[in-house]
Order: sequence, then C-alpha cells, then structure tokens
Amino acid sequence: MTTNSPSKVHVTTTINGQQHELLVPPYMSLLDTLRELIGLTGTKEGCLDGNCGACTVNVDGRIVDSCLVLGAEVNGKEVNTIEGMATPEGLHPLQQAFLEEAALQCGICTPGFLVAAKGLLDNEPSPTEGRIRHWLAGNLCRCTGYDKIVRAVQKVSG
Amino acid sequence: MHPFAYVAPSTVAEAVAVLNEHGDRARPLAGGTDLLVKARANVWELDAVVDIKNIPELMTLSVNGGGLSIGAGVPCYQVYDNSDVAAQYPGIVDGASIIGGIQIQSRAGLGGNLCNAAPSGDGIPSLIAYSAVAHITNASGTREVAVEDFCTGPSRTVLEAGDLLVSIEVPKPAANTGAAYTRFIPRNEMDIAVAGVAVFVQLDSSGKNFESARIALASVGPTPILASAAGDSLAGKPVNDETIAAAAALAKDAATPITDMRGTIDQRKHLVEVLTGRMINQAVERARG
Repeated sequence: MTTNSPSKVHVTTTINGQQHELLVPPYMSLLDTLRELIGLTGTKEGCLDGNCGACTVNVDGRIVDSCLVLGAEVNGKEVNTIEGMATPEGLHPLQQAFLEEAALQCGICTPGFLVAAKGLLDNEPSPTEGRIRHWLAGNLCRCTGYDKIVRAVQKVSG
Repeated sequence: MHPFAYVAPSTVAEAVAVLNEHGDRARPLAGGTDLLVKARANVWELDAVVDIKNIPELMTLSVNGGGLSIGAGVPCYQVYDNSDVAAQYPGIVDGASIIGGIQIQSRAGLGGNLCNAAPSGDGIPSLIAYSAVAHITNASGTREVAVEDFCTGPSRTVLEAGDLLVSIEVPKPAANTGAAYTRFIPRNEMDIAVAGVAVFVQLDSSGKNFESARIALASVGPTPILASAAGDSLAGKPVNDETIAAAAALAKDAATPITDMRGTIDQRKHLVEVLTGRMINQAVERARG
C-alpha cells in the first residue's frame, strides 16, 4: 500500500436489483459512487455531514446517509436507491401519494424522503403519525414543510 | 479530503497491524458518521481507514449472565432493537435511541460515540452510570479502562496510535436496580445535547431506600463527567424529594460547562439539576419495576 496513491477497491454490489462490478477510489463516498461512477443521480447531495438526509439510500434493508458511507463499504451488499422505486408499471404508491398531496416543491429532499419512508413502511406498514415524524427526523425539507410529507406517507400507510 | 487507503480486515490482529503501521494517520472505521465528516473537513488527515465491520468480535452484541458486551462496531439500532438489552439496560437504550436520526443509527454505535469523545456524546453517560469498561487492544496486548476514565478532553481519549477499541463490557445490574438517561435539546430530534444526565440506582429490597447510585453528565464539561459526590450522597438514604433534591444540587456543582451557541453556563447548570432529579425518579421507577 502506498500512502500517496491508495489503490482502488474492487467492489461487487447489487444496486436496485442489478449486479455491478466497480473499481472505487477508497475515499469515495457511496453518494459519489452512485452519482459519478454509475450515473444514478437521483440520490441528492445536501449537507454532506449527515444532517439533512437528502442522500438517503437503503443498504441491506437499513436506511443510511450515503454521504457517510464509503463506496468500498458496500461490497457484497444490496443497495436500493430512488431509481429502484418506480416500476415499468408505474410509480411506487409513496411517489404517487407525494404527487397527490403536493409533498414537494423544489424536490431536492424528495428522493431522500421517499427512500426513508419506504424503509419505514417496508417493515411497519401502519405507523402512527408520531412514528412517521420520528422516523423522518433525519430528513430536512426547507420549502414544503413537513405536514404534507407526513400526510402523503399516512395515505400509503395501512 | 486527503486520499486514504481502505482496508477491511477480518481479524483484530490484522486491524491492529495496519493501525500500528500508520500510527495516528490511520483510524478505525465503524459507522463513519464522525470519521468521514472529520476527514472531509480535514480535521483528520488520514492515510488509511480500517473498516472493522468484518471482524466478528467487534460486531457482536451479547447479553448473558455476566453482563452486556457491545462490540465496538455494533450500530445503535441493534442495541435498542434487542429486547434483552431493552429489558435489562434501559438507560443504555435511552442513549442509543437519540444519537442522530434513523439513518445515523443504522451506522453509528456506542463504540464510535465513545471514541469520538464529544462532551455531548449521548451514548457515554449511561455507560458510565452502569460502570461499563472499555476493552482495548494493540500490538503489545490488551487493557481495560473504565468508561469514566476513557475521554480525556473534547475529541481526546486514552487511545494511543495503534490502539483499537474491541468492546464495551457492561456488568449485569443487580436486582432492584434501574437507570435512565435524558438530555435537553430545543428541538424534538436530531440535535446536540445542551445538557444530559444519566442515573443508575440500586435500591434495597423494600424499594424505599437507595443502596448506591451513579450519576453521569453530558455537555457540561470538556468530557462526560461522573458526578461521584452526587451519586454517593444517595447511598443509604431514603427515596424522597429531599434526598433527590440534595443529589441534584450536588450534580449541578459537578457541572463545569461553558457558554456557547447551545446554552449558557447558568442555563446548563440549572438543566443538570432539573434533569438529575427527573432521572433519579425515573431510575427509581424502573428499579421498582
């Protein structure tokens, strides 16, 4: 290992159901790996320090801030991003509900909110309003406010 | 961000070898929620990060007759999702549940919270209150450090270059014990403590008298603080408003906060007194089951 030019890391990972083999710079975040190496630009960069949740993706069933994960760390793991939510048949129910409830304005926070909300409903299909607000506390929206977002998630909750 | 190499060893020995090779230019990577922020901000200039998450003993959470063992890389959600931990160590769950939001809790753990040594670390006071011990290893051997002695200043610990935190060992609480942690923040979630207080109490079998207590404070000094005089004042005393108020006043005396953007010295000392009273009462309630 040379300290000046650390070698790239060979990563095999499944992203939205599709296997990828990548050579990732060891210091590259998962966020940049998705956006720059793979071209999946739906995941957004916000604060870059774990406060805003705009870069939320799902790794092995848990939501994480992809700015605080290295691309090298997802070797052997399953990553799901906003690009994996809709199907050829149509939008995911959460996406549809966000449209119907006008739960977005500028949209930068929206992919993070959707991936985070899906992470909740996948495991807890009928959360209370309090649980939804608690779960989404790691996602910041600076234009819509949270009520419409919470209402959209509630609309999909059983 | 300074370019660093990424190593993901599967044994403690390999991890220690890499840490030893690079000295203070290498760091263990657990959840990364502090490390990557500091590396990106050039607070740390690293040549290598050692991902510890492929090392089984650093990722093990176990509850047994001897107590609770928390591997250094175990994320918060595994701590609070574990029903045995929740039942037997509610004070630790109180802390693990409020570090960051859900995304952070998927990655960040109590080991990293301790090594990051923020005075405001919400995971640390309960570990102190429960008399937890950090198990550390390096190329020459292993050693144990009580958690109250682990942090030596803001972002400073007893860890030296080449050291690796392996686990945090929490003794099994005796019968008639209870613990609780809370913090004051101006929001409901996702904030840094203005002040935090953890309390562990042991009652006698009647549940009416304290046998012993340990009280630990967050965000009111350069490190988490074990307020020994406050805890000791309860030993042998009846559980009542007077003894609890006296202990809370001693906890306030133990706080040495600064004034900053989050709060003033006076506000923080006041908060310590109020929160200590509340947490003693909650710990007593839990001890009585």
